[in-house]
Amino acid sequence: MLKVSLYRYNPESDDAPHMEDFSVDTGGKDLMVLDVLELIKADYDGSVTYRRSCREGVCGSDGLNINGKNGLACITPLSETVKGGKLVIRPLPGLPVIRDLVVDMSLFYAQYEKVQPYLQNPSPAPAIERLQSPEERAQLDGLYECILCACCSTSCPSFWWNPDRFIGPAGLLQAYRFLADSRDTATEGRLAKLDDPFSVFRCHGIQNCVNVCPKGLNPTKAIGHIRTMLLNRAT
Amino acid sequence: MVTSVTSFSRTGLSDWLIQRVTSVILLAYFLLIAYQLMGSVDYTSWTRLFEQTWMKVFTLMAALSLAAHSWIGLWSVFTDYLTERMLGPKGNVIRLVSQLGASLALVGYVIWVVVIIWS
Repeated sequence: MLKVSLYRYNPESDDAPHMEDFSVDTGGKDLMVLDVLELIKADYDGSVTYRRSCREGVCGSDGLNINGKNGLACITPLSETVKGGKLVIRPLPGLPVIRDLVVDMSLFYAQYEKVQPYLQNPSPAPAIERLQSPEERAQLDGLYECILCACCSTSCPSFWWNPDRFIGPAGLLQAYRFLADSRDTATEGRLAKLDDPFSVFRCHGIQNCVNVCPKGLNPTKAIGHIRTMLLNRAT
Repeated sequence: MVTSVTSFSRTGLSDWLIQRVTSVILLAYFLLIAYQLMGSVDYTSWTRLFEQTWMKVFTLMAALSLAAHSWIGLWSVFTDYLTERMLGPKGNVIRLVSQLGASLALVGYVIWVVVIIWS
């Protein structure tokens, strides 16, 4: 039996959040953490609330704090995270909890919106597509794969303390994704909006984001590239 | 663009660059001091070292670097932890008072160094 400790909070009935323990029979299988949550919801308590959708690490819905480390429940096997037969699941840290494991991601999306995550090019679109060389396209590798699960930003202390002013690793990875895009012509305007003491420079390079990214991306490296671009622009 | 009137240079890039340049100056200064301390140090040699103009200038540079470096670092700490988000409605007052105290202390230290070195 696997001991599972779940963060529970229903603002309509609870004064404060609490942890609730379950003993779950996994049948000796190396299930994914999401499978365990599904078992609990189906067999123990149907009121347990969490987000999920694709269950294969693509949609980014089930980002959770699993045994102290942020990750996607659907692609985190028990063998990777459970030590001493105990699984502790909490919502992503730093964001307001709506209910149980569901957090309000408004602040996260507000920061994402700030970086204008779309291609900007005022020239008329060609009949087929805007072409890139293979080398130019390669600049986007390690950037475009982000699924916006928020595991990185919610593991970042700078984002915990200033979620309204620091864009956070997820937003900055996408900022660089468009700064690095050879088809985008808004580089100057994008950089001008980032040169303040909070938006980019609140990153102190501790690499929590790199440590938790379920897609193996490196926001710290992207932030370093943005700093270099800002430096080149100003000197 | 998030503005802040209390940051050292108002822009993130300048603060970042100043912190790195001042850290190099401080490293060079403390390596020099460590090198001096590794040899035999007595009152006469120590006084002779600090009587030289280049050492006075270098010491003043190190003191100014320390003040700038510290302010940028402390400003980051204050704006992380001493905020309305962390402390409630009094957060901004507590942060401004703390920033005022830190800036007075840093200015005081620089003046103290100038008095010691150049008097």
